[in-house]
Amino acid sequence: MTQAKPRAKKLPLKERYALLTRDLDWEPSYVEREKLFPYTSYEGIKIHDWDGWQDPFRLTVDAYYKYQAEKDKRLYAVLDGFAQSQGHLGLADASYLNAIKLFIQGVTPLEYAAHRHFAYLARYLEGPAPRFAALCQSIDELRHCQTQIHTISNYNKYYGGFHSWSKMHDRVWYLSVPKSLFDDAMSAGPFEFLISISFSFEYLLTNLLFVPFMSGASFNGDMPTMSFGFSAQSDESRHMTLGLEAIKFLLEQDEGNVPIIQAWIDKWFWRAYRMSALVAAMMDYMLPKPVMSWKEAFELYFEDQMLGGLFPDLEYYGIRPPRHVEDAIAEKDHLSHQVYKILHNFSFAAAFTTQTPGVEHSAWLSEQYPGTFDELYKPVWDKHARTEAAGGRIFFQGLPQLCQVCQIPMVFTEPDDPTSTSFRTSSFRSETFHTCSDGCKWIFDREPEKFVQAWLPVHQIYQGNCGGPSVPEVLDWYGIQEGDNGEYKGSPDQRSWAEWHSGAPKQGS
Amino acid sequence: MTSTLRQVGIDIQDAEENRPLVDAIRADNPELTIRHLPGLLKLQAAGRIVVNRETVEAQLGREWDTGEFQLAIVSYAGNFSEWDDDQIIVSWEH
Repeated sequence: MTQAKPRAKKLPLKERYALLTRDLDWEPSYVEREKLFPYTSYEGIKIHDWDGWQDPFRLTVDAYYKYQAEKDKRLYAVLDGFAQSQGHLGLADASYLNAIKLFIQGVTPLEYAAHRHFAYLARYLEGPAPRFAALCQSIDELRHCQTQIHTISNYNKYYGGFHSWSKMHDRVWYLSVPKSLFDDAMSAGPFEFLISISFSFEYLLTNLLFVPFMSGASFNGDMPTMSFGFSAQSDESRHMTLGLEAIKFLLEQDEGNVPIIQAWIDKWFWRAYRMSALVAAMMDYMLPKPVMSWKEAFELYFEDQMLGGLFPDLEYYGIRPPRHVEDAIAEKDHLSHQVYKILHNFSFAAAFTTQTPGVEHSAWLSEQYPGTFDELYKPVWDKHARTEAAGGRIFFQGLPQLCQVCQIPMVFTEPDDPTSTSFRTSSFRSETFHTCSDGCKWIFDREPEKFVQAWLPVHQIYQGNCGGPSVPEVLDWYGIQEGDNGEYKGSPDQRSWAEWHSGAPKQGS
Repeated sequence: MTSTLRQVGIDIQDAEENRPLVDAIRADNPELTIRHLPGLLKLQAAGRIVVNRETVEAQLGREWDTGEFQLAIVSYAGNFSEWDDDQIIVSWEH
């Protein structure tokens, strides 16, 4: 083994970090501080010393660009190799791409939204350290959005459902779930945004929201998605650090901040958890080769790492685990089945296709969900299978009622009774509003003025704001083209896949 | 302090260039467990995981900046309680 050469002399990391962040800040001389930073007081959060914020990564601008350039270089080498070698032929199955359609339609636009909002934080937070961390994250999020578009565009050449994701994100019913969550965060104050996106989204639930897509990609032969995913995740660990630093900093600054932060954790845990229901359905039902069940991922990443690891740490500051967390735990055996059933019933109006789980897939689900699948969910899939064997396909006719907060159709069952649907209602200004759970009802009741403004896709269709009264008119307004939607079996994607993989090699035949 | 026994974790991208790094972490953390998941390695230990620049450099046979750790990491559970020129420590604080 060669001995490392003596290291080139340079400033220690801590000193370099101090010089390039705090030391580049200045006191305003001809503008009042309140005018320069007008948004950091109205949420009730008190900060006594902005220099108490330290970035554990001690990232400086030169190091940031050096490492990001290296990450991009590695990623684009993979993308080139994939395109040049017809990499799309190596997927486990074309049905896998439904997960990636959900990703580009649902997640990629959130990256762009995050880019915008972190740019705002990079301007308006008062401390130089959080401003610089927010600036790096803003640039990261733009990189994620761009690399995802580049990566997934390879599939757009061969498969349906990838063409109008940006328009769809603003219009299609199931995409209002992630969109409305981010709109909620972006229309909150800067500190609530830190707790919602940086802490709850990026730290508490990142492993459930993002890592499953990447592991699924890896296991199903989708090398480029795996590569951008891990490239993005390497930034994500910095974002997680920002989230954790944010919460600790806010809690340490003033005791009065504690109850405010607790309420935000209560709200945003449930908001982000509810959105992860789409990921649960993806993990258990949309991967030809499933990696890990939702239940197992929830136990490993959330119950073990967060409830077992993080929350005892936060208890020191007087923070308790999020409200309604016991409902999420009670739901782990049911969540994915209930949500995929909705996607399956309504995929005629989605920009992806669905299918009834086959025999092997059902066996895997029985194994993963020994207490619930055979009794509660398999009989329904068996009925679908019988109908399909006779040449039919059940799609739900009509539009579902949506939860006023999470905007997911009201499919969830009572935490203690999986045979009755959970309906909650609240009255506000003499009108009734419907929510899917105690968690969403609590969120509604806390800020009714905000949530009555929700853009609910079903209401919008009935109000005549979505292209017209008939299904074809709405689909046209959504940007969904014939073949993007419906049943996977017999779809254009499946036919193309079969054609590319059929026949003996020409040579010698 | 029973709290130090809580598990911390680091997820590292399963790649050729990260193998010496993982070997170095394994050498410096005898209690470490490693779980293979598609595309990544999940490193876990009770209380803390330490990454020493010198051990990594000995495995790599070249100079290594602790900042390069950013290229390898996918996710983590815990807190970066130290990150300087020589060492990275992930632990729970309280």
